Formats: sequence, structure tokens, C-alpha cells
Amino acid sequence: MKYAYYPGCSLHSTAKEYNQSAKEIAKTLGIELEEIEDWNCCGATSAHSMNKELSIALPLRNVARAESMGLDVVAPCAACFSRLKGADSAVKDDPDMQKLMAEKYGIEYNGTIKVHSLLSAIHVLGDEAIKAQVKRELTGLKVACYYGCLLLRPPSMVGFDDAENPTSLDSIMADLGAEPVEWGYKNECCGASLSLSKPEIVVKLTRDILSSARRAGAECIVTACPLCQANLDTRQSDIEKKYGEKFDIPVFYFTQLMGLAFGSWPGHLGLSKLMVNPEPVLQGLVSKGE
Amino acid sequence: MARVGVFICWCGSNIAKTVDVEKVAEAAAALPGVAYSTNYKYMCSEPGQNLVKQAIAEHKLSSIVVASCSPRLHEPTFRRCISEAGLNPFMLEMANIREHCSWVHDDNDAATKKAIDLVAMAVAKVAKNEPLSSQAIPITKKALVIGGGVSGIQTALDIADAGYKVTLVERTPSIGGRMAQYDKTFPTLDCAACILTPKMVDAASNPNIEILSYSEVENVSGFVGNFDVTIRKRARSVDMSKCTGCGACYEKCPKKVSSEFDCGLGQRKAIYVPFPQAVPNVPVIDREVCRWFAEGKCKVCEKICPTGAIDYSQEDEVITEQFGAIVAATGFDTWDPQEYGNLGYGKYPDVITSLQFERLFNASGPTDGKLLRPSDNQPPKNVVFISCIGSRDDEHGYPYCSKVCCMYNAKHALLLKEKVSDAQAYVFYMDIRANGKGYEEFVRRAMEKYGAVYLRGRVSRIIQEGDKLIVRGADTLAGKPVEIEADMVVLAAAMKPQPDAKEMARKLGISTDEYNWFSEAHPKLRPVEVLTAGVYLAGVCQYPKDIPDSVAQASGAASKVIGLFSKPNLESEPTVAEVNETTCAGCLLCKEICPFSAIEPKLLTDRAGNPVKTVASVNQGLCHGCGTCVAGCRSASVQLKGFKDDQLLAEVDALAFME
Repeated sequence: MKYAYYPGCSLHSTAKEYNQSAKEIAKTLGIELEEIEDWNCCGATSAHSMNKELSIALPLRNVARAESMGLDVVAPCAACFSRLKGADSAVKDDPDMQKLMAEKYGIEYNGTIKVHSLLSAIHVLGDEAIKAQVKRELTGLKVACYYGCLLLRPPSMVGFDDAENPTSLDSIMADLGAEPVEWGYKNECCGASLSLSKPEIVVKLTRDILSSARRAGAECIVTACPLCQANLDTRQSDIEKKYGEKFDIPVFYFTQLMGLAFGSWPGHLGLSKLMVNPEPVLQGLVSKGE
Repeated sequence: MARVGVFICWCGSNIAKTVDVEKVAEAAAALPGVAYSTNYKYMCSEPGQNLVKQAIAEHKLSSIVVASCSPRLHEPTFRRCISEAGLNPFMLEMANIREHCSWVHDDNDAATKKAIDLVAMAVAKVAKNEPLSSQAIPITKKALVIGGGVSGIQTALDIADAGYKVTLVERTPSIGGRMAQYDKTFPTLDCAACILTPKMVDAASNPNIEILSYSEVENVSGFVGNFDVTIRKRARSVDMSKCTGCGACYEKCPKKVSSEFDCGLGQRKAIYVPFPQAVPNVPVIDREVCRWFAEGKCKVCEKICPTGAIDYSQEDEVITEQFGAIVAATGFDTWDPQEYGNLGYGKYPDVITSLQFERLFNASGPTDGKLLRPSDNQPPKNVVFISCIGSRDDEHGYPYCSKVCCMYNAKHALLLKEKVSDAQAYVFYMDIRANGKGYEEFVRRAMEKYGAVYLRGRVSRIIQEGDKLIVRGADTLAGKPVEIEADMVVLAAAMKPQPDAKEMARKLGISTDEYNWFSEAHPKLRPVEVLTAGVYLAGVCQYPKDIPDSVAQASGAASKVIGLFSKPNLESEPTVAEVNETTCAGCLLCKEICPFSAIEPKLLTDRAGNPVKTVASVNQGLCHGCGTCVAGCRSASVQLKGFKDDQLLAEVDALAFME
């Protein structure tokens, strides 16, 4: 299986560990990821707040480049995926838009490929293919699977999992031997788009999510979105300052936990990049395993 | 030579606004064969009909053209009118200048010209019309009612009270239907069982009513007055003639499964009656789960039965009976709220449907009438009711309003307070639709006297936190998001057609709407009839209704059946196919293609009785006059009376002539 890979700005900066771990587990699972040459920013979130045409043209250029490679695109970041998939649908649904993009922006896209999130590209392999690669089961690790508000929405466009009652990440975690907890905040908003403009709202929203995960008995949170991960991971110190409540819940990318279960060298998974130290949880895992 | 009279109707302004009726009448007067032509404001009114009758007498008219609305509306009216004036009713042609002309055009000149064309065609045809007469068809004066809910029971009782026989077919083990599951009824709060169960007993004890429970209609053929219906009586595994209904069998039966009647909240045995007041009070064995049928051991019920009524060898019995009329009262199903993933139905045990809530209230329900939530059997304090679950929602469910939910939400909010005095009801609604006798007052009572908090808005999400359900929604009147910590959430799931509604409709010749509700013959004027004669509707199979409306319609359907049965005979439609035996070659292609199996071969003999040839022969009772055989006949030997080739071609010629 080979995909055109669109890392997006996050995976080259704040979410390097997502990039690193994604490539690592793709290798294990036999997924070939070929980075799109000369890719550009998908435009999130500024472009679609300001200019509709630009919000399609920017991501569509990347999709069109993938089409010229003859490959479906995989975008690990939820925001990138949403923009790429949105541009793809906008052109597939509307021949006038396709014409406009070609004539005004010089982007020729014929709609012959599909756009996938990394989560769906991995989930589609099936439980058995994932289980087959597991070398160290994450036995007893209680994870809260956090999908965020964007990855699966709008459902009619994404066409993967159930946006209101998602289960794909939970099933992958179960394949690794971990115990996904049942909790209510799987797809609540973490407030990422207000990160810079209204941080006080973000602090409240992330606290709600972390509290719910803790009440459900989770030892860690697992995400598939760099914005969610950054918010939940980095805001824990702000929460402590504002509310005097300490969580110390590590927030992993699902690819990091997959890598650990697949026996990858932790140094290849960027675990040191996490703000909340995952070591105690992972140590606990080792002792549970024994 | 025919003397044609032409009568142009204004239909108030419906026709006259777009069509110059004076001009049409003038043009008609000049047509060949027309002896008289006039126009009038309402031709269907009594003065209008008198005008037609007088003109027939004065001008010695032999054939009549009425140019007005669709023949589906007033052809019977004018047929009766001209027959009262002494003409054969089939010497009438209707020119539809309303639906086919004035209503669909806005150019007056063009519409007037089209109206003249339509009248000219009708004049040309009516001049070729022949008098036709009906045949008397006997009526089997016994009705079939399909569905043993309150609608079916009421229909059966009304027909039986008029002295006619009724067979009431119900597919579950007992009659009673949905209403038997309810606790109390709005707006009077009568106990549902107290008003329903006496009716069930009346139905069972009425000598004119035969109840076939645990039975299903398999096939229907025939026509009004003479339907042949095949019914499968499923094997009960209990001999109804021996069983006394003592209940020992289901007390001792070791196999428990989830009870359909209690909507999954309680359990029943493998041998069971769905509820204690079941009629007939004879259990059935659910062979899917019974240990004897599944594993070949057990037979506890047989050992315990004091009358030897258990019969494992019973088999389904298929019977065919004749009925004169059929009433469909097949009811509804409820929408599955799992479509809304954000509400957690099916995932959180204390998020339940309104029907489940009824069972928790019901004295014969799984909690003996104590309101206890499913997760921990504790009485709930804060209960959130959410309206429009699957209704008024194009995206997930149906666009229609399920009609009864606003009322039962108010009922539940009110009864909650009566059962648990410190409870608080919250009702999320989109609009409150309380348009029935005493309904608005009832909702007010729930709000004002029982303190139910009504919040206008939708719920976005329900989250289970410990033993609480966090309900997040919008209060659109306050313009704010709200969050309620609830102990229980009740979803008002929409009524939807039965899963096999389409199949049942096909058997009965009923058309269905886009959702598979059964379609009435006319939404205003023929609300209990369908387009197939002799078939009627009662209750929710047509569209969501509450109990008063269902019962009213049931009595309406019964009165239609009684009206049909009160006639000594039926008159057949004379517009049926007719075979010219001289030219028919007996190829019988018509027999192959007839959708109603109305054509049979007939052997012609000479005077000495020697066979001469075989020809096709039409059974006038079965023929619907569809004309398929006419189109199929290679030698034009089959003609449809009233629509013969020369009559139709005369219309076409008239149009060509006008051009």
C-alpha cells in the first residue's frame, strides 16, 4: 500500500513526534508514504475564515500534486485532512469550481484520487493486520481515546467511523492490548482555534476533557490530531496555575503507542517531545506486564 | 344521430379566471352534433344539475359533455344526474378543464383554446358512446380486520355490532397492540388498560368476531365484495381448546429472554403470554428460544400443564377465507434513536425511549409500576425529556411531525412528579404542538401545576459522568447553552411505518407515500378509503395519530364497511373488456398478460355440441378495465367497453380537426 504523504506544517514543527512515529509504524505495517514534493500550507484556519476560493485553492494544489503522483493522499493532521478533503469534495461536487480552479489558479484536478486521514488509512487495514505486528502488548494500559471535534466531521464528507459515537481509535488501541475506557468527551472541542485569541476558554475546555478522562480511570490520553495533542499536553501547567489542579496525564499520538506495541525503539517515536512525562505510565506498564 | 348537450362549468373562479367560459360554450355550440351548449358558475351544485336535467328534457339530448373538474371528483355526480333525467349514465363525457387546463396555465387565450380542444374531443367521443349496464355482484358479508390494536378492535366491534361477521387477525400472541403497553392516556389520564382491556374482552366474547392471534395475512386476491384471503395461523404449540390460561407453564418454564412487550426492560419465558391481560389468554411457545425445540430436552411445560394442552407437534395452519371488505389497521413501529450517536441511546442504560418509560410507569410493567431507572433501580430525580427524536429531522430521521410526542412528553412530565414527589422534569422541545380537545390546557397544567421546565432547543450531547447523565443543549429563548445533570433521559422517538408496511400494502393494493405510510383515496374527502375498492384504513398505518383520532378513524372505516354490507348486491363497473368471439383466434395472449387473472379460455360449440374453437372470455367481476388485453390483442378482438378504438380515435380526429 502506497500513499502520497502530506505532513502539513504541524508535523514539521510542533508535532514532529507525530511525523516521526507515523513514519515509523507505517514502515512496520508495510505502508509506503511518499511525501508530496513542494507541498504548501493547507490554509487552516486563516484561509477558510477569510476567502472561500483561497481556502479551496491552497489545499487543492496539494491534492492535485498527489493526483499527478497517481496516489491517494494521507494527511495525519485533522485540520490538514479536513481542508484537503474539503477541497477534494468541493471540486468533485461542483464542475464549475473545478473549472474555476483550473482557469483562475492553474490547478488541474480531475478527482481521480481520494483523501484519507492517517487514522482511517490504518484502521482500514483491519484488526488482524495490526495485531499481527504487536510485539509488546500494552496490557492493562487504560487509555482515553480522544478524537477531537474535527477529525470525523462533517460526517457526510468524511464518510468514516461515526462522528457522534466514534470507535475506530478505540478498536486500534484494543488491538494493541490496551484498555480503552468508556468516556463522554471523545469528540468534544478542545478549543484549539482559540488557543491564541482566548486562552482562558481553552484552559477550561481542556480541563473538562482531562477531568472526564481521569474520572473514567484513564492513565493517558491518545489523540490523532496535533492541535488536540498540543492543547491537552501543554495546557496542563496553565490549568494547574488557574485551578490548582494537577493532572499529569500524558497525551500520546496513537502512532506513538502503536510504535511502542510494535516494538519500535522509543527514540524513533519522539516520546521525549511530550510535555507531560510519559515515563511513570510506561514504567507502570512494564511492571503490569511482569 | 346523437344530440349532444355541452355544459361548461366556471368552478367559481377556479376555471373562469383563466378560461373564457362564454367563448368555450359558444365554440362548443358550433361543433357537429351539439344541440345545446351553456355555461354555469357551479355545475355540480343542485341548480347546476337541474340545469342539465332540464336541458335534457327540453332539447331531447341523448349525450352529455360536462366540462369541469377531474372525472375523479364529479363523474359519479353527473352520471347520477343524467340517469335521473332518464339517460344511461355512460352517455356522459367529462372534459377536464380545471386540473388539466385552468389550474396549470396562466395565459388566458391559450387556456381558452385548449379548453375548446378538450370539449371538442369529448363531444366527438360522446357521440360514439353506447349505453352500458352494470351486473349485480354478490357480497360476502364478512369483514377482515388486519391488526389487533385499539384501531382494529374498535373497527371489529363496530362492524360486529351492526350484525356482520368479522375476523380480526393479529400477528402477536395477543390483541391489544401498542395501547396495551401504555400506562395512562392524555389528556384525561385514564388508565390505558382500564379503557382498553374491556374492549379486548368484548371483542373476544362477541359472537360475530373471530380473533386469529399469532396469525398473519399471506395473500389477498379477488375484489370488493369477494376477496379471497390466505391466512397463516402460526403454530402456538398450545392447544387453544384445552388451555385454561392458568399460567403454570410460564411460571415453571426455565428459559428467560428479553421481553418485546416490555421493550427489553423486562424478561419473559420461552412459553409466554405477552402481558397478564392478554386476549386470548393462551400462551405460545417461542420456538426460537425454547429449550425443547433448540436442544431437544426440557418439556417442563408439558409436565406441568394440568389439561395436557401443550402440543409440540403443532404445525402452522394455512387457511383461505372469503371476505367482502378488508380494513388495514396495522399500526406503527418506533424509530431507533441509536441513529443519534450524540445521545448515547443503547450505550447509556438510563437513556431510554418514551415507550420504555411507559413500561416503567405501568403497574404490570417490569418494575410493577415503580419508577426505577434501569442502571441501578433507583428512582430518578432529574429527568430530561427530548422531543422530535427522528421526527422533523431531514438529516437523521423523517421530515414529518410525529404528532403525539408533545402530548405524551407533557403526560410523562406530569406523571413523573406524581410518582416521585421531589423529581424535576425538563422538556427540550422544538415547538409545542398541542392541538386537540383539552390538549393545550394539559400541557399548561404540566408546566404550571407540576413545574415541568420547558426549554425550547435541541440537545447537542449527553455524557455519562459517574451515575449522572450530563445533558447539554441550547435554550434558544434565553439564547444560552444549558447543561443539566440528569438521572434519566427519555427520548420521544418518532412513529414510523411497520418494517413490512410496503409488503402489506402490496398485498392489499394500497399505495404508499414516500415513507411507506398507507395512502388514503383522498386526503380530505375519502380519508378512510384507499384506491382499491373494499379496502379501508384505520389508525396509525396511515400516518401518526393519537388514540382519539385512531378510534375515530376506526369507527369511520367500520361505517364504510357497514355501508358496503348494507347493500344487497354490488354493481360491477361496466367498463370492462369484451371479446369479439367471431374474430378471436383463441391465442390467449390476453390471458397471459392480464394482471388480474380475469381471462379464461372458453370452448365454443355448434348446435350439435361439437367443439368449434376456443376463444378468450372475460370474467366481469375480476376485470378492472385496465386495457392491457386490448393493447395485447393481435386481431383487435378485445375491446374495452366505454373506451373502444373508434371512440378514442374519434377524440384524436377531433383534435386533428381543431388544429
